Amino acid sequence: MSFARAMEIGNYLKKFTVGIAGCGGLGSNCAVALARAGVGKLVIADYDIVTVHNLNRQYYFHDQIGRLKVHALQENIGRINPETVVKAFDLKLCTSDVVDLFSRCDVIVEAFDKAEMKYMIIETVLDKMPGKPLIVGDGMAGWGNTAQIGCRKSDNLIVCGDEHSEVNEDCPVLAPRVGIVAHMQANEVLDILLRDFVPGSE
Amino acid sequence: MKIILNNRHETFEHDRLTINQLLEIKKFTFKMLVVKVNGELVRRHEFDQVSVKDGDDVMVLHLVTGG
Repeated sequence: MSFARAMEIGNYLKKFTVGIAGCGGLGSNCAVALARAGVGKLVIADYDIVTVHNLNRQYYFHDQIGRLKVHALQENIGRINPETVVKAFDLKLCTSDVVDLFSRCDVIVEAFDKAEMKYMIIETVLDKMPGKPLIVGDGMAGWGNTAQIGCRKSDNLIVCGDEHSEVNEDCPVLAPRVGIVAHMQANEVLDILLRDFVPGSE
Repeated sequence: MKIILNNRHETFEHDRLTINQLLEIKKFTFKMLVVKVNGELVRRHEFDQVSVKDGDDVMVLHLVTGG
């Protein structure tokens, strides 16, 4: 029975498009969770390549080192759920790219590394795409302190993370905490996309 | 004045505070801050011009690197 419901939800999610800005620890894990749930289309963007240092937390494999993250992620999602269409953009996003790539998405996930880039997309979405849901990952470096990770909402801006733990040499980003935040972001995406879902109606 | 700051009720002796004054009083000294007043984004270059008054709903979000 629960399997049937998951299938029904997956079917319902096919009509939606989610934009993911950045394909590192947040973006790669969030994208995979959304593909598993059955989201129909993902628009992903990143300019970086997979390195050995990414493998401690990002959804890539050792034999993908040296490849563009967007292409490696597209391939991995294809192996998990070939029905999810992945539009991959190899670029370093600027304000106009954010509008061009994501204005037709139902929800946007902010999955950048740098605080400056997080600011850029928040400003761009609030300014140029008012009403568009934007889910930000903010503060997840280190380990432990699970209960400090939370989620708060201000209109269409949703913030997941502890809003505090910044990455530095002694405090790296590790798989568990960034995975928690990435999955919280994916969970908030589903909360928005499933707002009008009526079980049994599909 | 009484305002809501990050979902909590807070009282200040002043009738009005600019964003920069509010950040100073609350010791929000971080570099990368997103500020919304009543749902509207306040840009960094407006922090000295835009004021907070009684009844306002203010969000101050500290952005940190990592992801």
